[in-house]
Amino acid sequence: MRCKKCGATAAIHMRQHKLALCEMHYVDWFQAQTERFIGKYRMFAREERVLIAVSGGKDSLALWDVLLALGYEADGLYIDLGINGGLDYSKQSLARIEGFLAGREGGSLHVVDIAGVYGATVPEAARLTRRGRAKPCAVCGLVKRHVMNRVARDGGYDVLATGHNLDDEAAVLFGNTLNWQLGYLARQAPVLPASADGLARKVKPFFRFYERETAAYALVRGIDYLYEECPFSVGATSIRHKMTLNLMETDSPGLKLQFYLGFLRAKEAGALAGMAEARPVMEPCERCGQPTTAGVVCAFCRLWEARRSGDER
Amino acid sequence: MVTLTFRGEVYEVRAGMTLRNALEKLALNPHMVLGVREGKLITDDTILNEGDEVKLVAVISGG
Repeated sequence: MRCKKCGATAAIHMRQHKLALCEMHYVDWFQAQTERFIGKYRMFAREERVLIAVSGGKDSLALWDVLLALGYEADGLYIDLGINGGLDYSKQSLARIEGFLAGREGGSLHVVDIAGVYGATVPEAARLTRRGRAKPCAVCGLVKRHVMNRVARDGGYDVLATGHNLDDEAAVLFGNTLNWQLGYLARQAPVLPASADGLARKVKPFFRFYERETAAYALVRGIDYLYEECPFSVGATSIRHKMTLNLMETDSPGLKLQFYLGFLRAKEAGALAGMAEARPVMEPCERCGQPTTAGVVCAFCRLWEARRSGDER
Repeated sequence: MVTLTFRGEVYEVRAGMTLRNALEKLALNPHMVLGVREGKLITDDTILNEGDEVKLVAVISGG
């Protein structure tokens, strides 16, 4: 197969776009598309400061690489959750991020060590909760959302960016549709505006790229990302949904993209209008000041209070 | 023969088939892996030659 731009041997073929490109033209295309999506969906302006949540995986490091290449002021945030899983997962992740930064100019890294700041790793803290006892994923999400918002707000960043790709978004959409989670469906979007009650604007500049494409970009750019998945993600529902969608994609190229973009169009046309307003009013948490719907003390602060009282017992 | 490596396991297929055919033989979905030969990405219509060593990179992540 030949590159559509120059006729050289193609490195990637994207069936849904009927497009094959060589390595050089793929990098150009990928960066230009990212820039286009940032503008088209009004994610952020050139003069705005971007904080990228980086995990050491392909998507977030590729996103950081693209934003720096495009000339944006983009810093990284790594949250050390203290996950070991027999492979020093969190330490390996941080090593990849530091390796990524070592060869680049621009972009600085914030590291928040959860055990260092709060006295326990996320898996340790999760063991005290009903939902987190078997798997800490729900607690992990809670911690990440809290820390990301705090660092974005305290650091004066205009926007928080994550490396979610189309497969991530389509899998979430698929799961929420199967369960008719209308509230979640109403809130799923590539751009979540900042709220007056203190939530930072959140954007997903890679939301139209297939996961295969972000991986290909990382490989072509020589980004040494962490191949291993979080040890707690084994058997995750989202991975099963991705596999199901990929089976359908094999027979119908473009199905995943069509599924997600069709959803956005339906939402734009008002399909979930009533549900979007169902978001409860948020009040500042009495302890940390971050917005919460959970009452006077947010779920994050209650988690660590439970942890402390557990230590005292 | 052609050697394919995926998640630490080594597989062999005969030379002359395409990467896509090799993935079908290993029951791998082409949307879920990328093929890398001599450090370069290859498309799934690439014909695999005798002695080729192809690394298959899993692209699915999540949790």
